[in-house]
Amino acid sequence: MDFFLNQELNLINFLVFFLSALALLFIVLFFVMYAIYGQRKILGWMQGRIGPNRVGPYGLFQTAADVLKLLLKEDVIPAKADRSLFLIAPIVAFAPAFAVLAVMPFTDRIHFADIGVGLLYYIGISSISTIGVLMGGWASNNKWALIGAMRAVAQMISYELPLVIAALGVVLMAGSINLIDIVHAQQNMWNIIPQFLGFVVFFIASISELNRTPFDLTEAESELIAGYQTEYSGFRFAFFMLAEYTYLFAMGALVTVLYLGGWYPPLPILGFIPGWIWFLVKLLLYVFMPFWFQATFPRVRVDQLMEFAWKVLLPLSLLNIVLTAFIKAVF
Amino acid sequence: MIRTEEMLLNVGPQHPSTHGVFRMVVKVDGETIVEARPVIGYLHRGTEKLAENLNYTQIIPYTDRLDYLSSMINNYVLVHAVETFMGIEVPERAEYLRVIMMELQRIASHLVWFGTYLLDLGALSPFLYAFQEREKIVSLFNEISGARLTYNYMRVGGVKWDIPDEGWLTRVQKFIDEFKGKLEGYHTLVTGNEILQARLKGVGKYDKETAIQYSLTGVNLRCTGVNYDVRKDKPYSIYDRFDFEIPTSEDGDLWSRYLLRMAEMEQSRRIVEQALKQFPKSGEIMGKVPKVIRPPEGETFVQVEAPRGEIGVYIYSKGKPQPYRLHFRRPSFINLQILPKLLVGENIANMVAILGGIDIVLGEVDG
Repeated sequence: MDFFLNQELNLINFLVFFLSALALLFIVLFFVMYAIYGQRKILGWMQGRIGPNRVGPYGLFQTAADVLKLLLKEDVIPAKADRSLFLIAPIVAFAPAFAVLAVMPFTDRIHFADIGVGLLYYIGISSISTIGVLMGGWASNNKWALIGAMRAVAQMISYELPLVIAALGVVLMAGSINLIDIVHAQQNMWNIIPQFLGFVVFFIASISELNRTPFDLTEAESELIAGYQTEYSGFRFAFFMLAEYTYLFAMGALVTVLYLGGWYPPLPILGFIPGWIWFLVKLLLYVFMPFWFQATFPRVRVDQLMEFAWKVLLPLSLLNIVLTAFIKAVF
Repeated sequence: MIRTEEMLLNVGPQHPSTHGVFRMVVKVDGETIVEARPVIGYLHRGTEKLAENLNYTQIIPYTDRLDYLSSMINNYVLVHAVETFMGIEVPERAEYLRVIMMELQRIASHLVWFGTYLLDLGALSPFLYAFQEREKIVSLFNEISGARLTYNYMRVGGVKWDIPDEGWLTRVQKFIDEFKGKLEGYHTLVTGNEILQARLKGVGKYDKETAIQYSLTGVNLRCTGVNYDVRKDKPYSIYDRFDFEIPTSEDGDLWSRYLLRMAEMEQSRRIVEQALKQFPKSGEIMGKVPKVIRPPEGETFVQVEAPRGEIGVYIYSKGKPQPYRLHFRRPSFINLQILPKLLVGENIANMVAILGGIDIVLGEVDG
């Protein structure tokens, strides 16, 4: 990829970029399909039931069948909804989720854009999804959707802070916000060891950013029906789901890059296994955690959620920076 | 100062957490409730009026449908009222069967509450775990009564069916033995969870005086420290033969109500265990009952402890095979009255928790 990235833009370059983006999209779609399948199977296993087992061998085509069903569903738009906003909201929610993958280094060779401000780009772009959610909730002209959207904005903004500040510890360690440099800096020791406090804060905040249990307040079905998604049906609803699971993929990749040593194996003797496999294993390990939480945790209350972000995670993430700076200065 | 605009929000009747067809019209300021008004009647079937045209045995199936999570106990309260009214003797074997049924029913009802309550709080797994256990009870009921929800099992003077085979008692014993471990499992998974405790402790609190003023019964009353349980205070059937406790708490909040229901399941388990030990090997399941049940002229009121509190039956008889007037004191309906008082000033998330904490069944609220 580096070869093309360093050339001037011409038709061949453009085609290469376009086709590889398309390939990545299919990889992501494949991931989303099987993340949903995996989630249902894992939950089924933890809850003493079977999970999908009818469509295809072991129910492997269940998600594909679900997508087909969603495609065929009636496209309902509430009569008094703000039509244009209602229509573009799912796209605004999904596009940034996919765009952030551009800077993700899957191995030292497989990556799209090698930009100096990779981490900043990720954080900046991913925030745009909040606007999509707010648009959806506002445009639905439904009180539940509105409350859900307001909650979503409050939650995402509040947790963005400890998330970013916790990641600053990693930046201090690597001395760069280029994601590839950050992975290279972990060649000898993964950041999860020296940056453990930062990792814990980042991990919790990332679960909240993904709107997953116990922080799934934005769509809390037992409180807000379905929150900002209440009025969405069929394929538009699927788009919100797609955005959610694409973020799961992106966040898993980011955690792998920042804390789990990216494509590096845990021990040098395991180096014969390709880097992308290590990356995938670590990513999937992260993805497993929210599914596990989903089977075990009840949901927190909205005021507790806010308190936790501002009174617990934020001070801890600040402490982490001070400690990191101190350790860097002394050793 | 920032001025905010209040919003009128319809919670239910289709809301997933209104436990059936309950509706609340709440005025919210942001997510804080300023005013709440419950609206009921979506499931009203006129049971009491219908009863006036039916003879007493024909009324039994209607009691099944009142509180469909406690059909056995609802069956019992009606036949018990008629029995006390007419002075009918019930054979011992039937009494033991009734107690086993009623206590299993209490466990089953609390299990549904436990599962759905945690669903209200955003946890799915406990719901599935609880329903797996409830399923076992329902299957036991199915074997003996032929039905899985509306059992229509009790009769004036006894019960309709004897045990299907000797193995049935063994299967009840097996369930009771296993259930102890399951309860411990629930405590490990759920009760010890920090998030759950943070959600429930100190929320939806009221004191003893308020509880009595609102004539709350069941766990909703006992959570304020009042030790009142019909099984102990006005013993009926053969409850005086068993050793069990009435769990109470002083806190009066959601957390204490949660703990009490969990403790009650354990006590019911103990009662069934003892009932199985004392179960008479043989005997009649039906007492001497006249062909046409015709209570004497006059009135009677009989109470029984249901999972949701005290259920009572008032019968006014003019000496005919049909009651002149029949009224049910339905615990869900009465317990629900405190809801608007508890909701003001709470968050929407707490609204769901408080409503679930009262533990209502809409069939009973609407009657």
